[in-house]
Amino acid sequence: MEKNYKLEFQNISKAFPGVLALDNVSFGIYPGCVHVIMGENGAGKSTLMKIINGVHEKTEGVMLLDGKSVNFRSPGEAEKHGIGMIYQELKYLPDFTVERYLMLGREPGRLGCINWKQVTAEAKKMLDEAELHYDLKTTLRMLSVSDIQLLEITKVINAEKCDVIIMDEPTSALSNSEVESLFINIEKLKKRGITVIYISHKMDEIFRIADYITVMRDGQHIHTAPASEFTRDSLVTMMVGRAVSDIYPKEALPIGETVLEVKDLNSDFAGLHDINFYARRGEILGLAGLMGAGRTETVRAIFGLDPFTSGEIYVEGKKVSIRTVADASAAGIAMATEDRRRYGLVLCRNIRENISLANLRALSQWGFMRLKREKRETDEIAARLRVKAASTAVKAGTLSGGNQQKVVLCKCLLANPKIIILDEPTRGIDVGAKYEIYHLMTEMAQKGICIIMISSELPEFIGMCDRCYTMYNGRITGELQREEMTQESVMQLIASGQSGAR
Amino acid sequence: MEKKRIGSRVGTLINHYGIYLMFVVLIAASTIISPRFMTYKNLISVSKQISVTAVMSFGMTLLIISGQIDLSMGSTIALSGMVSINAFLATGSYFVAFLVACAVAVLVGYINGHLITTLRLPGFIATMSMDTIARGAVYLYTKGSPIYQIGDYGQVSTTYVGIFPLPVIIMVVVGIICHIILRYTRFGRSLYACGGNIDAAEASGINVGRTKRMAFVVSGLFVGIAAVLQMARLNSGLPDTAEGYHADAIAAAVIGGTSFTGGTGTAIGTIVGAFIIGIISNILNLCGVQSYVQQIVKGTIIVVAVSFDLLGKARKIRKIQK
Repeated sequence: MEKNYKLEFQNISKAFPGVLALDNVSFGIYPGCVHVIMGENGAGKSTLMKIINGVHEKTEGVMLLDGKSVNFRSPGEAEKHGIGMIYQELKYLPDFTVERYLMLGREPGRLGCINWKQVTAEAKKMLDEAELHYDLKTTLRMLSVSDIQLLEITKVINAEKCDVIIMDEPTSALSNSEVESLFINIEKLKKRGITVIYISHKMDEIFRIADYITVMRDGQHIHTAPASEFTRDSLVTMMVGRAVSDIYPKEALPIGETVLEVKDLNSDFAGLHDINFYARRGEILGLAGLMGAGRTETVRAIFGLDPFTSGEIYVEGKKVSIRTVADASAAGIAMATEDRRRYGLVLCRNIRENISLANLRALSQWGFMRLKREKRETDEIAARLRVKAASTAVKAGTLSGGNQQKVVLCKCLLANPKIIILDEPTRGIDVGAKYEIYHLMTEMAQKGICIIMISSELPEFIGMCDRCYTMYNGRITGELQREEMTQESVMQLIASGQSGAR
Repeated sequence: MEKKRIGSRVGTLINHYGIYLMFVVLIAASTIISPRFMTYKNLISVSKQISVTAVMSFGMTLLIISGQIDLSMGSTIALSGMVSINAFLATGSYFVAFLVACAVAVLVGYINGHLITTLRLPGFIATMSMDTIARGAVYLYTKGSPIYQIGDYGQVSTTYVGIFPLPVIIMVVVGIICHIILRYTRFGRSLYACGGNIDAAEASGINVGRTKRMAFVVSGLFVGIAAVLQMARLNSGLPDTAEGYHADAIAAAVIGGTSFTGGTGTAIGTIVGAFIIGIISNILNLCGVQSYVQQIVKGTIIVVAVSFDLLGKARKIRKIQK
């Protein structure tokens, strides 16, 4: 039994400049089963997968495929050895037909001319083998994401003859019924003796399909065992594993009256259902959830970036109608979006113009900019937030991630908002800048601003929030006070939608 | 290391002021090549020649900065110019002539703006179709025949204010308006933001659709003015005039440092760009170079100017990624 691993890792390490992403990882994967790999963001799951399929090269260690040492230098090479990867984002070719998609890159033919009859025949054979019933001439535009995913899987197995398939959070883009059909298909794969390596955060999924589970944390291998030996609680503890450090500059501040109240927010567009919550002056309120749970979607709707179907928003007790970002700003709401390069900054313009961009009305008269006042106010706020740049005339695109984020915060603060929404405020910035952002958040709270924070980094989330709501599948599933928040309690709620103590 | 830094500093200098350096070098070279270049008469004639293109390219600058384009300018000039001539013949008023030309061109711009923002057509397609439509409209309106007797309309082109021809004065005034819009107004800021990063502009509460439409309206105003100048210069109403003039307008803006991807550009750059094109034609004329060759030279210069712009950007991206 010991020797027949399909894929085995022996002391694998991977170092990136300044970071040890994988630290001496050893475990094995048996053929013909579903092996789930779990861990928080940054635990090293993705890095390990990228080593398997040849995107990264390992720094140390040995990887054995069918007992033979292998080292892939590209995904193509991995594919030749029978390892295929289903990416989170599927290659999307809306005008391709099913048959063309299945045969993409391997069209039979001669002298650069494609033999279309043969394409149809081979695609049909492939679908029959997989027992799928799609019309070969349908374009992908007509199919759902799960259909395309299924075709992708079929393509990888049948066309590229892979017998190991890596799936990186395959359900993140799927609806519930689509998830069901994916699981049925995974079962079929298992019956055909194909090994599935499955990465996911979602507890309920994992226990349904996993044969084996490996837990990783901080680049290290923690435990590998048959799924039956795990419980929800033991999994969470293993994934989190460490105490929340108290390095967050969090101060216990008096919390004032309710500033923002959201009642029965529903959105067909973003899949939100009955969102109800309130936030108070000087409070840092967290919205916790996995990707796609509806955190970002909720705040985007409140900020007027996305439409919502029904619901009421009250600011300081007064009902406000928010249809556009301008409405939200007028109501005293500011937001630093998750993707600051896309939604936050105009990189080819200077810091000053970026800061004043959301406040052009206040900084102008009869349509003309009050340039002196603009310069004074933007310089002042940039200095207060310690934006590191020679002057505010420097282009925003030349700044580091942390400084860019500070410029976004300057932009938010310039309007003197009552409510600031921070979506992943420390993503992609270095540790020093992170602490500066935490300090700024505390300062804002001291001034009585209400902060709504979204963060995928649990330690930071728990370290900074006074109170939080957890979300799952577009619904609010729980509310935790600061005392009740632990990595375990939050993780339980966001990964399953239910609290551990049922 | 130190050497590298100096190298990149020279690089940024060329990126920033390259166009002005080119301008100075061109003037110096032209002065040396032809003794007739640096004369009052010749310089005034160059300025007058570029006035139509320059006025158009100020409009084009606003559009390109906001991430848009207008390929219908040439036909719009013909259409609004012809309507304007008839209005002038009926009333004898220069004011009415300008007003009517601007009204027609603004209307075309307004329709362009709605095609792009309301119907969400790609700007390239919308304005290209509009070019055909406007050209068809002007032939329909004039029944395809030119108007040779346009009375005193041509005086717009021949009048002098002090030592400067009126078209040059008008060009400068439009340039100043364009500069003020870009440098001093809220609308100008919105234009830069829309072209620089439309998602960020929207997330900052800017009404992106209205900004884009306004850009077409203001640009239409400039096109109307250019139409009067064009017809006055020809001293007749030709419905087939100004074919493909948008290309010259784009060229002047792009050579003047307006980034084709949107978000950067200035009015001063554009006037310099227009002068560079004008001076090159002028010096080639003075040297007796065939007009066919001139076209090749002009096209080549645009290629060089745009690739400089792109190279500068690529270098900047590399720097950020480091």
